[in-house]
Amino acid sequence: MNSTNTPTAPPSGVALDRPSYLHDGYGWKSWLLTKDHKRIAILYLISITAFFALGGIFAMLIRLELLTPEGDLVQAATYNRLFTMHGVIMVFFFLVPSIPATLGNFFVPLMIGAKDLAFPRINLLSWYIYVLGGCFTLWALIHGGVDTGWTFYTPFSTHYSNGYVVSTAIGVFIAGFSSILTGLNFIVTIHRMRAPGMTWFRLPLFIWSHYATSLIMILGTPVIAVTLMMVAVERTLNLGLFDPRLGGDPILFQHLFWFYSHPAVYIMVLPGMGVISELIAAFSRKRVFGYSVVAFSSMGIAVLGFLVWGHHLFLTGESVYAATVFSLLSMLVAVPSAIKVFNWTATLYEGSVSYETPMLYALGFIGLFTIGGLTGVMIATLGIDLHLHDTYFIIAHFHYVMVGGTIMAFMGGLHYWWPKMTGKLYPVFASRLSALLIFVGFNLTFFPQFILGYLGMPRRYWEYPPEFQVWNVLSTAGASVLGVGYVLPLCYFLYSLFYGKQAGANPWGVKGLEWETTSPPPTYNFDYPVVVTEEAYDYAPAARREAHIA
Amino acid sequence: MHSVTGGHARLQHHFDDLDQQREASTFGMWVFLCTEILFFGGLFTAYVIYRQRFHGVFAQASHELNVTLGATNTAVLICSSLTMALSIWAAQIGKRKLTVLFLLITMALGLTFLGIKTVEYSEKGVPFGIDALTHLTKHHLVPGPSFHYPCPPGEPCHPEQAEVFFSLYFCMTGLHALHMVVGVGLLSYLLVPSWRGRFTAEWHNPLECIGLYWHFVDIVWIFLFPLLYLIGAH
Amino acid sequence: MRSLPFFPEEATATAREVDAMFGVWLAISLFFTLLIAVLIVVFMVRYRRRRPDDVGTPHEAWWLEVIWSAVPLFIMLGMFAWGARLFFVQHKAPPDAVQYWATGKQWMWKFEHPNGNREINHLHVPTGQTVKLTMTSEDVIHAFGVPAFRLKQDVNPGAYTSVWFRPTRVGTYHLFCDQYCGAEHSRMVGSIVVMTPEDYAAWLAGGPAGGQAPVAVGAQLFQSLACYTCHEMGPGWMARGPSLQGVYGHQVPLEGGGMVLADDAYLRESILLPAAKVVKGWQPIMPTYQGQINEEQLIDLISYLKSLGGAPAMGTGAVNPPGSSSPSSGGPAGSMPSASGPTK
Repeated sequence: MNSTNTPTAPPSGVALDRPSYLHDGYGWKSWLLTKDHKRIAILYLISITAFFALGGIFAMLIRLELLTPEGDLVQAATYNRLFTMHGVIMVFFFLVPSIPATLGNFFVPLMIGAKDLAFPRINLLSWYIYVLGGCFTLWALIHGGVDTGWTFYTPFSTHYSNGYVVSTAIGVFIAGFSSILTGLNFIVTIHRMRAPGMTWFRLPLFIWSHYATSLIMILGTPVIAVTLMMVAVERTLNLGLFDPRLGGDPILFQHLFWFYSHPAVYIMVLPGMGVISELIAAFSRKRVFGYSVVAFSSMGIAVLGFLVWGHHLFLTGESVYAATVFSLLSMLVAVPSAIKVFNWTATLYEGSVSYETPMLYALGFIGLFTIGGLTGVMIATLGIDLHLHDTYFIIAHFHYVMVGGTIMAFMGGLHYWWPKMTGKLYPVFASRLSALLIFVGFNLTFFPQFILGYLGMPRRYWEYPPEFQVWNVLSTAGASVLGVGYVLPLCYFLYSLFYGKQAGANPWGVKGLEWETTSPPPTYNFDYPVVVTEEAYDYAPAARREAHIA
Repeated sequence: MHSVTGGHARLQHHFDDLDQQREASTFGMWVFLCTEILFFGGLFTAYVIYRQRFHGVFAQASHELNVTLGATNTAVLICSSLTMALSIWAAQIGKRKLTVLFLLITMALGLTFLGIKTVEYSEKGVPFGIDALTHLTKHHLVPGPSFHYPCPPGEPCHPEQAEVFFSLYFCMTGLHALHMVVGVGLLSYLLVPSWRGRFTAEWHNPLECIGLYWHFVDIVWIFLFPLLYLIGAH
Repeated sequence: MRSLPFFPEEATATAREVDAMFGVWLAISLFFTLLIAVLIVVFMVRYRRRRPDDVGTPHEAWWLEVIWSAVPLFIMLGMFAWGARLFFVQHKAPPDAVQYWATGKQWMWKFEHPNGNREINHLHVPTGQTVKLTMTSEDVIHAFGVPAFRLKQDVNPGAYTSVWFRPTRVGTYHLFCDQYCGAEHSRMVGSIVVMTPEDYAAWLAGGPAGGQAPVAVGAQLFQSLACYTCHEMGPGWMARGPSLQGVYGHQVPLEGGGMVLADDAYLRESILLPAAKVVKGWQPIMPTYQGQINEEQLIDLISYLKSLGGAPAMGTGAVNPPGSSSPSSGGPAGSMPSASGPTK
């Protein structure tokens, strides 16, 4: 489908003289010293996939151990390290960078009509910082790992744990700066590098959500950085900032930790919501219903997300009045998310809907995120949290939003933009099969955990009472299916690189500046000066379109 | 972040014009400084909470700090901000030697600050030495196994609470000193291009951005000084 | 075939309310999830692309936006209010609660009955009695969780937290440590054994050797740690410290301005860090007992102080001298087995 937004754009699919970014220089140095945001996105993609695989292996070991009530696969101390490293790797080294550092890095400049991000060298630096942080954490892992839980609660982490707390904390500290630099880059880019005619309200919703995410990244991450620094210093020098025997307060650590870690979950989910907006619009060939409301709700989530951290501390003995305020605010922050879900659904009304793989992931996201979000307001309800806190209900809740939400969105985005990023098409049947396996496997893994949680099974338990076994077995079965579902795309994406059919500039026939250039794009993204004259997702009916191209 | 090569080659490939590049760089530095506010903010939060809980002991422990050295350091930093601004002014009027001179003075003042800090951490009057019987260290005021705080008789006091004060003191001033070291490093990075006359009225953005960073580090100290040194001072 | 477990037993009245609240949320969630699912399926089928060039028709409807913002908001506010109300109720023990104590440490629970009986990992209580359990940790943060009661609370070092419950059903219910606390976290489990009042009385009499009631031990500590040399207890005392008669539960004026409520945490802090809050008009001369007194002794001392006349009927348990077989029924403050304090 031909769609143009400027009379000087070449017809899509025509080969150009300039090489694509993938072929613009070969060899290690051209990749490891690149300033091209697209290559940096690919570097990130490889690294986060590796970390995801590692975190996934730990997850499989956890689920295998939990097949039986007794602790018979690994020792308790090992199990404690498994779930800690699973959490640390998945949160800090996979989920937080996932969509922003791969899809964001690749597409933010393309979608706004820019040649690169504002600070390309800082972009590369952020990848090296991420890798360095990962090395510290891997070093700790190889030497035996850490067993504090990814939440590092004091005084256990500062004075009782025998694990490699300091090196893991340093690894996370360093990786945090990667996140800060990415956010900084996006904010400046979105403010200053939009193409002429690309006003704020013509921006794709993917950009809005990355902007909101970046605000959280730059304001929240420094707090956890300094908090982990304090933990490391306290542990090394036996200070007393968090130890009651030395005058300190362990709850202060929890406040500082969650001040970042709650907004962090919005760092993880907002970019996913941005992807879903793109997918819903693309595969209904329609502007997202309530565009400006969806854009503002991203900003609203970012702001409100900073005000609810106390809901992780309901049971610490914090004041009932503080708890009440945090509960109320937690309800409020759910409203913008609910608005988005309704808006996406309404977009389908009188749309022109198709069922390609990315759309399957988008629809899966809407369903699973709805469940995850609803269970979130359940546990924000004070009276219920007294029962459900620190049980498998919480685990199920956050996996629904993080895996059923963010990872589904990430997969959807990868499947949507893979032809653009690589110039190759992947096998359709395999992609649909894995979408189905992931959806079924995911629900089988995590829905039983809601039941386990209400039954009272606590988190981070290596052994459990026998009456919980049946749900644990179901959950492990689901995890196996889910694992296969995740391995398949690795295989067929790699396959597509070598044997996939060539993709045209706009294989889905959709609107968006990124589709107005070749697949893959040239190094400087566009070979013509970009001028934007229409709204986002302006799918004009055929008659209007012909008049426009004259 | 910014290029220091000469001529219009300073314009980086992905920017449309020098104006856009300058605005983006400056905006980027402001965003970075916001993150730094939150970074120090975590420590300031801990400080506020513990000070409110242990206000008596914090006031007493604060008297162990050397107000004279602290005040001198404050003056040193304020002057260094002035010389930093002057170095930018000198670039704007095209005086490259003056630019370099003011940069060097700023760096010297920064190093003076760090030296005084070392003395504070060490014995009074004795420069940094490997075998230093250090002042704060000498009086066992560094938190850790050798910490010992003599509670004044008749005053409400607990040594653990004083240890919390000194933990925060060392963390906050230590983090600030680290930022100063980075700042001095950044200034040295500007020396060669300044000497070569790369900064002109038309383009001196790197000076401005690093100047912003320097002023920020100065402002952090202006908060640290009264909060740590002047509690309960008359 | 054994039935699949979905819900734990409900062993208190509060548990029932929690389940009701959860049931309402479940219904609401089911409704909205099904609504979205059905709408999606219907739209996907009805508006599926028929020709390759088809596009959708954009719409706008501000009234829809308002509705689907306001409706979820009101529902959530309603549930919030219900949940907050229950939380306030669960936070403060009723006046007829009988005081029990718990200490968590890696990796066991130590319980103390009001009459001095001690238990490890298992707590026997009678139906119909309101139990207030005040807890602290000797090392890291633990959490006390009983799914059948639908309640849980973190157990922190250096501080007191508490829960209260009134069991309604005889049975043995899981007790879990719910905050990760180290290697044997999943083995820091036990049970709450709820018995009929008659069985409980029999258990108290014939069960594990009870020690003295905490109040009694506390009275002895008050002597042996020489607290009486500064704080009153009889005629002719040298006033070097404020009176502790009836101190518990009242506001105490502090040196330097301000008032503080004399609760368990205040008493504990005053013993370990006496200079933290100095009572108005007194010198900060009290030495600290940090390192000379462990958590259980603190519990004993605090129980004693709470029993000193004038305190509201928080219940110190034993009406009878220690070691007797009569159960406590949570009445007003009991008599003092020893020490020279006035009896209520």
